[in-house]
Amino acid sequence: MEWLPLIDKSVLILIIFLISLGIAAYSTYAERKVAAFLQDRIGPNRAGPFGLLQPIADGVKMFMKEEIIPSAADKFLFMLGPCIFMMTALMTSAVIPWGKPLDIGGYQMNLQVADINIGVLYIVATASVGVYGIMLGGWASNNKFSLLGAVRASSQMISYELAMGLSIIGVLLISNSLSLSDIVKGQEGFHWNIIYQPLGFLIFLICAFAECNRAPFDLAECETELVGGYHTEYSSMKLGMFLFAEYVNMFISSALIVCLFFGGYNFPGIDNLDLPQNIASIISVVIFFAKTFFFIFFFMWIRWTIPRFRYDQLMKLGWQILLPLSIFNVVATAAWLTFVK
Amino acid sequence: MAQYIFYALSIVTILSALYVVFAKSPMYSVIAMIVCFFSIAGHYVLLNAQFLAIVHIIVYAGAIMVLFLFVVMLLNLNQEPDKSHGKLLRVAAAISGGMLFLVLLLSLNTSETGTFILPEKSDIGMVEHVGKKLFNEYVLPFEISSVLLLSAIIGSVVLAKKES
Repeated sequence: MEWLPLIDKSVLILIIFLISLGIAAYSTYAERKVAAFLQDRIGPNRAGPFGLLQPIADGVKMFMKEEIIPSAADKFLFMLGPCIFMMTALMTSAVIPWGKPLDIGGYQMNLQVADINIGVLYIVATASVGVYGIMLGGWASNNKFSLLGAVRASSQMISYELAMGLSIIGVLLISNSLSLSDIVKGQEGFHWNIIYQPLGFLIFLICAFAECNRAPFDLAECETELVGGYHTEYSSMKLGMFLFAEYVNMFISSALIVCLFFGGYNFPGIDNLDLPQNIASIISVVIFFAKTFFFIFFFMWIRWTIPRFRYDQLMKLGWQILLPLSIFNVVATAAWLTFVK
Repeated sequence: MAQYIFYALSIVTILSALYVVFAKSPMYSVIAMIVCFFSIAGHYVLLNAQFLAIVHIIVYAGAIMVLFLFVVMLLNLNQEPDKSHGKLLRVAAAISGGMLFLVLLLSLNTSETGTFILPEKSDIGMVEHVGKKLFNEYVLPFEISSVLLLSAIIGSVVLAKKES
């Protein structure tokens, strides 16, 4: 029986890994379809029915392209950059509770890889380590546009990490725990954190956009100023890794938003239905993914609606508006919990 | 199991720490230092101090080393190795380094030795425990250090504003 948890976790990690990559692949397709829909176009429709094979075609295209490493580049770091970026993007998924535990022949299978009691801090840590992928990639390319893009991206990520960390504190105060599974359990029924933490949610959402380098904060790869940003010199699958990791990040951020503010796998009335454990578990997973998909769509919706910020506006928003607001949110939540509740 | 992980982590820690000193490129030194911090965080986890481990990663690997990397990246130290070290500087560096080594050696010499066994379910490094200690017993040093950090932040803003 000693090996059972190990096998259980390995299987879970493999499944989450495949699901993350699958969702990231189909997010590229969804992004193009959503863009087409918002701009009154048709979008990709050549590969397979409704263009559904488009991500596979794109992947094959990426692999077949010529691999170029600039002769003046630092080869080892040039390779390491995309690896770190992809790895940290995937690592965050380890602490997300995907659903209620499954019951397999009396063995309780927890649908969360690592139920550590510092889950939220773990997320902040992986987000802060993700900066290295961009910085190393940009620096190792030995190209001034890459370096500028890398400096921009990393300063943006560092600036928004602060407000993001502070915006989560409100949630932590309410749920009294740093563990993500406890935070989700505390939002049973309709006690979603969004009701108690609307400001915290707004700040977290904006910071999630900035952390993922998504429009309107995609200054790191601002084509009109910086050619391609930190991945100017990258080609073939290394470029693919950078672009792909962005979609993985988007998926994980959406899952996090759902966990922290939208009740995770809970939905009103799940306990009144009196379902068998396994069916309730499967339904909770479906609910979780439905909410997550909505936020992935939201990410795309914003991208095709709001134009890009200017660099000084971005920094001003981060430091002079979001940071004081998030500190205010912490103080207000703490005061509310002490004096009112 | 934990013992093998400990040995693996220790080897990584020592090798990466040595590489920080011996690497020719400052960029690789910084990266080796990040690896070193991660393996030290691994040691914290082995001691059941998850909170310390993660804070160590956030503060050192996530914030301070990013700053180091920024400086190294923008100065591009690779291109012209600094040859301005005079003989006097070398002697001074050797003496001060030797002194530091001596102090460390003496302090280790007088410290308690023996086998320390961690209690099976130690919660000493868990977030609740650290928080309670920090805000009850050590609240004054905690507040003083936060004021110190705040004054450093304000000072740097003032200095940056003056130049522009």
